[in-house]
Amino acid sequence: MSNLKSRIYKDNLFLFLVVLFAICSIVPLIFILYYLTRQGISSINWHFLVNLPRPVGEKGGGISNALVGTFILVLLASVFSIPIGIGTGIYLSEYGKSRLAGVIRFCAETLQGVPSIVVGIVAYLWVVKPMGGFSALSGGIALGIMMLPLIVKSTEETLKLIPHSLKEASLSLGVSYSRTILKVILPAGLSGILNGVLIGIARIVGETAPLLFTAFGNQYMNINILKPIDSLPLLIYRYATSPYPEWHKLAWGGSFILITLVLLINVITKGITKKWKVLS
Amino acid sequence: MHYRNPVREIYTDKGFRTALFLSGWIVLIIVVGIFVTLILNSLPSIKAFGWRFFVGKEWNPVLESYGALPFVLGTLLTSLIALLISIPFSFALSILLGEFYKKGILSSLLNTTIELLSGIPSIIYGFWGLFVLVPIVRTFEIKTDLPPYGVGIFTASIILAIMIIPYSASLGREVISLVPAEIKEAAYSLGATRFEVVRYIIIPYARSGIFAGFLLSLGRALGETMAVTMVVGNANTFPEGIFSPGNTMASLIANEFTEATGNLYLSALIEIGLVLFIITTILNVFGRIVIKKTGFEGGNQ
Amino acid sequence: MFKFLRMLGLIGVFFGGLSLYSEGGKIEILGAGATFPYPFYSKLFDVYSRAYNVRINYQPIGSGGGIRQLLNRTVDFGATDAFMSDEELKNSDMEIVHIPTCLGAVVITYNLPGNPGLKFTPDIIADIFLGKIKKWNDKRIKEVNPDVNLPNRKIVVVHRSDGSGTTFIFSDYLSRVNEEWKKKVGRGKSLKWPVGIGGKGNPGVAGLVKQMPGAIGYVELIYALSNNMPVGMVKNKSGKYIVPSIKSVSLAANVHMPSDTRVSLTNTEAQDGYPISSFTWLIVYKEQNYNGRSKDRAKALVDLLWWVVHNGQKYAEPLHYAPLPREAVKKAEHVLKSITYNGEPLLSP
Repeated sequence: MSNLKSRIYKDNLFLFLVVLFAICSIVPLIFILYYLTRQGISSINWHFLVNLPRPVGEKGGGISNALVGTFILVLLASVFSIPIGIGTGIYLSEYGKSRLAGVIRFCAETLQGVPSIVVGIVAYLWVVKPMGGFSALSGGIALGIMMLPLIVKSTEETLKLIPHSLKEASLSLGVSYSRTILKVILPAGLSGILNGVLIGIARIVGETAPLLFTAFGNQYMNINILKPIDSLPLLIYRYATSPYPEWHKLAWGGSFILITLVLLINVITKGITKKWKVLS
Repeated sequence: MHYRNPVREIYTDKGFRTALFLSGWIVLIIVVGIFVTLILNSLPSIKAFGWRFFVGKEWNPVLESYGALPFVLGTLLTSLIALLISIPFSFALSILLGEFYKKGILSSLLNTTIELLSGIPSIIYGFWGLFVLVPIVRTFEIKTDLPPYGVGIFTASIILAIMIIPYSASLGREVISLVPAEIKEAAYSLGATRFEVVRYIIIPYARSGIFAGFLLSLGRALGETMAVTMVVGNANTFPEGIFSPGNTMASLIANEFTEATGNLYLSALIEIGLVLFIITTILNVFGRIVIKKTGFEGGNQ
Repeated sequence: MFKFLRMLGLIGVFFGGLSLYSEGGKIEILGAGATFPYPFYSKLFDVYSRAYNVRINYQPIGSGGGIRQLLNRTVDFGATDAFMSDEELKNSDMEIVHIPTCLGAVVITYNLPGNPGLKFTPDIIADIFLGKIKKWNDKRIKEVNPDVNLPNRKIVVVHRSDGSGTTFIFSDYLSRVNEEWKKKVGRGKSLKWPVGIGGKGNPGVAGLVKQMPGAIGYVELIYALSNNMPVGMVKNKSGKYIVPSIKSVSLAANVHMPSDTRVSLTNTEAQDGYPISSFTWLIVYKEQNYNGRSKDRAKALVDLLWWVVHNGQKYAEPLHYAPLPREAVKKAEHVLKSITYNGEPLLSP
C-alpha cells in the first residue's frame, strides 16, 4: 500500500512545514524586541526621562517633552473620539437595522482603513491652515479621527452582546430611555467598551504620519494645545534619521519606552476584560 | 424623596436620542468630508494633467510636470511582494491555531506573537528596519555585486510582510476554526490524513474568509507610511528591479508634503492621497463584504 | 446629560488652564526650514533662549518647507539657503524680506576605503550626478587624481529626498558650469534626479553616504566634518583646486551684495574662493501685523534677528560656518530696520 505511505509522508511533511513557518514568524518579533531592549535600555535613566533635548552634538538630552506631548495628544484624541464613538456605537446597536445606520456603519469601517498619512493631510487642511499654525489641537484631532472607528466598532459589538432582557426589564420598571442606556446598559458593557478605548489608545500612541504636518514637533516642553508639540514617535523619527550617534541612542531609548507603553496598555486591557466581564 | 419629573424625562430622552443621532452623523460627515476635501484640493492637478497623471513617469517639480506612475508602481510592488512573502507564514499560523493546536503552550505562544506583532508601532518597525534589516540587505547586495543601497523596494517589502502577517493570520484563524466539526470528523473517520482534510475540506470551506484576510492585509500594506518611508530609498525614479530604491504613494507624501511650494505641487500630492484613499477604501469594503458573506453562508458545499 | 456637559466643561477648563499657564511665560517663536544651517541655528537659539525670555522652536524640514510654511503663515520665520526668486516673491501677497545669517559650503563627500582626499572638476561632478560616470576608477577621475588608488566600484549617488536649499545651491552651481546639467536637470530645490537614492535632510544624506561603500553625496561642510567623512577639493573658476573651509568660503563672498541681500555665490569669481558656497537666509514678512500678531511678538522676532547677525556671529566659526562679512552685516541691518509693525519700524534707527 505505497499509496498509504505516500499519503502519510505528505501529511508529515505538511505538518512539519506548517510548524516551521509558524515558528519562523516568531523570529522577527524576538529579533525586534531583543534589539530594542539591548540598544534602548542603556539610555534609560532618570535624566533621560525628565530632561529636554539638547542641541546637536551636546550630551545629556532627554525625552521629557515628548512624553508629555504624547500624553496630551492622547488625551485630546480621547476627548474627541470617546463621546462621539460611544454615542455612535450606541446608535448603531439600537437602530442597527435602518438604512442610515447601515451607511454610518459603512462610514466607520471606511474610516478604519484610511491611511494615516491621508488623515494627516486632511487634518492639515481642516485645522492647521485655518488656524494659521501647527498645534497640539490639530494633532489631537487627527489622532481622534483614527481612534474613532475602533471605539464605534467595539462599543457596537459589546452592546449587541448584552441581552435584550436587561434593557426591557429596566424600561418596564419605568426607567427613562436615556437613564436605561447610561446607567444600566453601558455599565454592563463597560469592559468591552473600555477594551475598545484602550485598543484605540495603543494604536494611536505610536502614530507618526498624521502628526508630521499637524503637531509638527517642538524641542521645548509645551502644554499649550494651540502650539506645536512633540510626541514620542515624532522624536524617534527625527533622531533615527539623523547622522548623530548620540541622537540614535536617544531614539532607541525612546523606542524602548514606546513599546513598553504599548505592551503595558495591551496587558492592562487583557486584565480589565477578564476582571470586569459582567456577562457570561 | 427624589421625585422624577416625567415631562422633563421626555425631554432628556429626546435630547439623548438626538445626541446619539448626531454622533452617528458626525462620523458620516467626517468620512464624506475627507473625500470631498481631497477632491476639492486635487482639482488643480486633475485639471492640469487628467489621465496622464497616472501614466506619467516623471515627477518633476522644477518643470511642474507630475506623473505618478513610479509611485503607483512602487506601492503595487512593495505591497504585492509583501503579500506574497506573508502568505506561507500567515497561512501556517492560521492552520496551526485554527485547527491543530487550538489550545496549549504552542498555541498561546503563537497567539501572543501575533498580538505583539500587530501592536508594534510602525515607526519602530521602520527604525529597526533601518538599523538591522538594511545592513543585512546591504551585505547581501555587496556579495552579489548589486549596488549596496541596503534600502529599496525589497527591504520595504520585507518589513511590510512582517507587519501584515498578524492581520491575515488572525482572520484566517477565526475562519478556519469556524469550519463545522461534523464535516471534518466525517473526513477523518473515513481515513483522511490531516493534510487531506486541510486541502479538501477546510480550505474550500474557508476559502473566501482566508481570501478576505489577504485583501485586508493588502489594504493595510498599501497605506503603510512610516516604516516604508524609512527603508524604501526615497528615489522618485522608475524602479528598475526589486533591489532598486523607489517610493510609494504614501512615502512620497510624507517626504514632500511640508515643502511643496507652489499650489500645483501641493495639489498633485493631494491627488495622490486621494488615489490612496480610494484604493484602500475599495479593498477594505471588498474584504468586509467577503467576510460577511462567509459569516452568514459559510460555504454551501 | 448635564453631568456630561459638566465633564466637557471641566476638560475645556483643564486644557484652557494649561494653555493659559504656559502663555503667561515666555514668548515662543516658531521657525522652520533649512537643514544646511541647523547645527548653527540649534546652538544659536539655545543660547538666545537661555539669555532672554524667548523660546525658539526651529524645525529643520528643508528650505522648501520653510518657504511654504511662511507663505502659509504657520511660522514666524522661514529659513532657506535658496533665496526666493522674483516669481516666488510675487506669489506672496505681502512683501517678504531676506536676512543673511552666515555662510556655508556644499561639499562633495564620499565613502571609499582609506578616505582619500580627491580632486573633482565641475564636469566630473556633473557627469557623476547625471549618471554618466558610473565607476570610481573611471579614466577621468583617475586623470585628476593620479596618486590615488581608486577601486573598481560602482558609484552610488545620494541626493536629497526633500525640498532643499542645499540642493538648490548645488544645482545652481552645476547649471552654471555644465550645459548638459542645465538642460537636463536645471536648478531647484526639488529636482528630477537622473540617478541615485534620496536621504532626508543633510543628516539623511550624510548618514547614507557614511553607510554605503562607494557612495557619493553633497552635504553642508559641518555634516561631513562632524561625521569624519572625507571632503572633495573642487576646481574653481580660476582653475585652482580649493579645499572647502571657513577661509575659502569667506573669500567666495567677496562679491557685491544687492540691498535686498539676495545673491548667489556659486562659481565665484574670487580667485581662492570655494566655488560651491552660499549664504543662508531667514525670511520674514516686512509688515509684521498680520494674523493678529502682537507687537511684542514682532519685536521679539526682530530683536532675535538683530542678535543673530551681530552677537550670534561668534558661534559660527566653531561650528565650521563662515561668519557674515561686514558688508553683509550692514545690508542686513538695513533690511531689519525696514521691518515694520503697522507701518512703524520696530527698531530704532
